[in-house]
Parts: sequence; structure tokens; C-alpha cells
Amino acid sequence: MFDLLANFGRVGLGALERLGRGHLLLVQILFGLTSLLPRLKLLAAQIHSIGVRTTTIIVVSGLFVGMVLGLQGYYVLSQFGAEDSLGVMVAASLVRELGPVVTALLFAGRAGSALTAEIGLMKATEQLSGLEMMAVDPIRRILSPRFYAGFLSMPLLAAMFSAIGVIGGYFVSVGLLGVDDGAFWSQMQSKIDWNEDVLNGVIKSFVFGFVCAWIALFQGYDAIPTSAGVSQATTRTVVHSALAVLVLDFVLTALMFGE
Amino acid sequence: MNNSQPLIKIRNLQFKHGERRIFDGVDIDIPRGKVTAIMGPSGTGKTTLLKLIGGQLRPSKGTIEVDGENVHKLSRKALYKLRMRMGMLFQSGALLTDLTVYDNVAYPLREHTNLPESMIRRLVLMKLEAVGLRGARDFMPSELSGGMARRVALSRAISLDPMMVMYDEPFTGQDPISMGVLAQLVRRLNDAVGLTSILVSHDVEETAGISDLIYVISGGKVIESGSPDALMGSDSPAVKQFMSGLPDGPVGFHYQAPTLSEDLLSMRGAG
Repeated sequence: MFDLLANFGRVGLGALERLGRGHLLLVQILFGLTSLLPRLKLLAAQIHSIGVRTTTIIVVSGLFVGMVLGLQGYYVLSQFGAEDSLGVMVAASLVRELGPVVTALLFAGRAGSALTAEIGLMKATEQLSGLEMMAVDPIRRILSPRFYAGFLSMPLLAAMFSAIGVIGGYFVSVGLLGVDDGAFWSQMQSKIDWNEDVLNGVIKSFVFGFVCAWIALFQGYDAIPTSAGVSQATTRTVVHSALAVLVLDFVLTALMFGE
Repeated sequence: MNNSQPLIKIRNLQFKHGERRIFDGVDIDIPRGKVTAIMGPSGTGKTTLLKLIGGQLRPSKGTIEVDGENVHKLSRKALYKLRMRMGMLFQSGALLTDLTVYDNVAYPLREHTNLPESMIRRLVLMKLEAVGLRGARDFMPSELSGGMARRVALSRAISLDPMMVMYDEPFTGQDPISMGVLAQLVRRLNDAVGLTSILVSHDVEETAGISDLIYVISGGKVIESGSPDALMGSDSPAVKQFMSGLPDGPVGFHYQAPTLSEDLLSMRGAG
């Protein structure tokens, strides 16, 4: 009984300690902006590696998600004779929810896991220690550019996901199911609000970018420097990011759209 | 700073890793301009000692002074400034895997100086020439053998012309030729550039061949120090065992455990 309690306490303390280390690392990463500004090339290289290389999966996924929304939405709306609102339904679902959320989940799987593995392996192969001994702060030089690249890439990727999704929805609705072309676009234009729908979606994806990049970098930096340690850290990145995105999505949705 | 003063002064160094005591009151002086070896069996904390000198770890007690500065009392900025005057060769080389050999050696120069690229090129080629790898400058680290990677790492460690270089097990896992090349490089660089070298190793023959002074560490303490010849002739059983590579002695072959019969008869850990 006491053993169980002691174990429970140990696990709790360990989790709190990790949380503390994570926050300390975040503060150091954020302060890294001062040394990043004179070296924007580093940021550009990371935006290419983290953002640009994630576009393929985002574009393909966005297209199919939009197409599925068109099909499913038509099934429901046609029962009420409201097929003309299909454009609104597809666009609202994408910019408010699916764009930011699915992009963040895909980002965690594609870029987040890669970031953790990269940083974890740099630690295991003493590259981070090597930088420290060369009087180069690895947090400022390696982690900060990756963090800001993730933070900035996420909203751009989410915007791309939503835009391609709307096109996918259009193909299915207008091309396959015969929804009126003019109604699809005009209803979307009149019902989708810039602040209420689009900007709130953008805020969500900034938050998701912040959290996903932070989790990925912390897991890599805190990984046990062995092959098993890096593999566990990579798994944790995907699991923790997915959970954080879904929980935060609920909180943000309640704050933004709750009455 | 007085040149007769040791470059590194370690006093009453104590360090614990979790519950395990690694150092228990270690005193070491590293003289300037010499090759000093820190030797001892595996797991005695030799690499930990280098990390303590470089300020990557903090001791639980005691002080480490490098060139008159207490490493663990320095601000972050001052510590980084001091590290620019220290070079370190890691056991794995620790080369940045996404950069070529040339860019790896140029990295500290680009980070810490405003030299024009033409000057950096000259310096990098000179450093690579010193380790005999000027021709390998376009290789990626994955294309290098272990010995070559360590030589590249060595040329990177000296790229900022440091006052000292710390070598972490430079001979481990090397073939006899690479080992000989590395050993001679360490000695030659030390004498030609006027460095102070600290060599952590358990390869007795190579290390004794190039060192001016050896400290032997075991059980968290310095058990003997002196010139290689003095240590070879030492009467201490622990030093004798280590220098002659005997399997058993004060440093036991078996890690602490219950007797074999007890272990075989017990059911603990059985599936």
C-alpha cells in the first residue's frame, strides 16, 4: 500500500519536474529571438525544412478532407433542400476547425517527430555538448530557429489546408453532385466572417504551432541519449502533441465561439 | 597570469551522480605547455572530469580554476568567453552531421569572428593541413572513418587557437595506425602551438608515450601522479594493476554481487 503511494508520488514528482524543465527551456528558447534576428538565414532554412517540406502531406490531405466534407455535407443538407449552403458548410468547417486541427496533427506526425529525432540524436552523438564547448549556445543556435519556424509555418500550412480543402469541396459539390456554382461561392462569401471565422482559425493555428514546436523540441532536448530513449521521445512527441492540440482546440473553441 | 602557475587547479573536487559518488576530494594541477594525462579504469569519471572543467557539469563541492578563473562562479557570458579559449575533442568527434568537413572546421570561426570568407578559407585549410585532411574537406562526416572524424574534430578544436585542448578518450576504437597518428598529432600540436593538453584515456602505452605527467584516478580519488616512468615503476598495487593491465587486483574483476551459489539458487529475477 505504502509502496503504491510512494510510486504514485514518485511519478507525480517526476512529471512536475519535467514540466518545470520544459517551461525553463521554453523561456530560454523565447529569449533566443534576440540572437535569431540578426541571423534570419537560420530561420529561413528551418522554415524550409519544417514548413515547406510538410506542404505535400498538407495539400493532399486538405484536398481529400474537403472532398469528403462535400460528400457528407451534401447527404445531410440535401435532406432539407439546403444544398446551396454546402459552400458555407465546407468553408466554415475548414477555417474554424479542421484546417487548424488536422494541420497540427499532421504537423506533429511529420515535422514534430522529425524535430525530436534530430535534436535527440544530436544530443546522443554529443553534437549539442560539442556546440557548448565551442562557446555556441545550442538553445539559441539550434532550438530557437526551429521553434520560431514551427510557430510561423503552422498558420501558413493551415491556410493552405483550408484553401485546398475548399477547392476539393467545390470539385465534389459542383463538379460531381451538381450544386449550383454561383450559390456555392456567393453563400460562402456572405456567411463566412473574416474576424469570427477566419481570424479565430488563424489564432488557433498560431497556438498549435507554439505548442507542437515546444513539445517536439523539449522531448528531443530531454531525451535519454540512447536509441531507445530517442525512439520513446519521438513517440511521446506525437502523443503529447495530439492530446494537447485536441484539448486546446476545445478550450479555444469554447472561448471563441461559446455564448 | 604567472606562467609558472598551473593552468588548471582542481581542489577538493567532489561530485555525485545520483547516489553514486564519482569524485571524493580530488586535487589536480595541470601545468602549462605540457601534455597531462588523466588515466584510470572505465567508469572512474574521467569524461565527467573534463565536463566539470568545461563547466558543463557542476561539482557538489570543491573548486576548479582555469587560468585563474573559478569556472563555476563565472556568469554565462564569461563562461562562454572562457570556452572560446578551450578546445575539446569528444570521443565520438561530435562533428555536426549536416555540415561538410570544411564547414565543421569553419563553424567556430564563423560564429565567433568577423573574418572575411577568404581568410576563413585560409585558416581552415591550414588547420586541416595540420591533421593531414586538407584533401577531405568536401566530405560529409558520414563518409569519414572513425580516425578521420577525430582528426577533423581536432582541427575544429584548434580552429580558434585555444590555450588548451581536452581530449576525451582519443584512442578508443582506433586501429594501430590511426592510434599512432593521433598520438603523434597530440604531441606535435602541443609543442608546435604551445598548447596545454589534457588527455583522458585508458590506453596505457600510447598515453604514457606522449605524456609529461600522468594522474591515475580510481575509486573517486587520485591514487598516484608523476611522470610516465615514475608510474611504470610504482609500487602501489592499484597503479601496478592498471599500468600492467592485470585482470584482478585492488580494482576487482567482479562488480559487487552476492556469491555465485547464492545467486544461482535464488529465484529472484527468474521468469
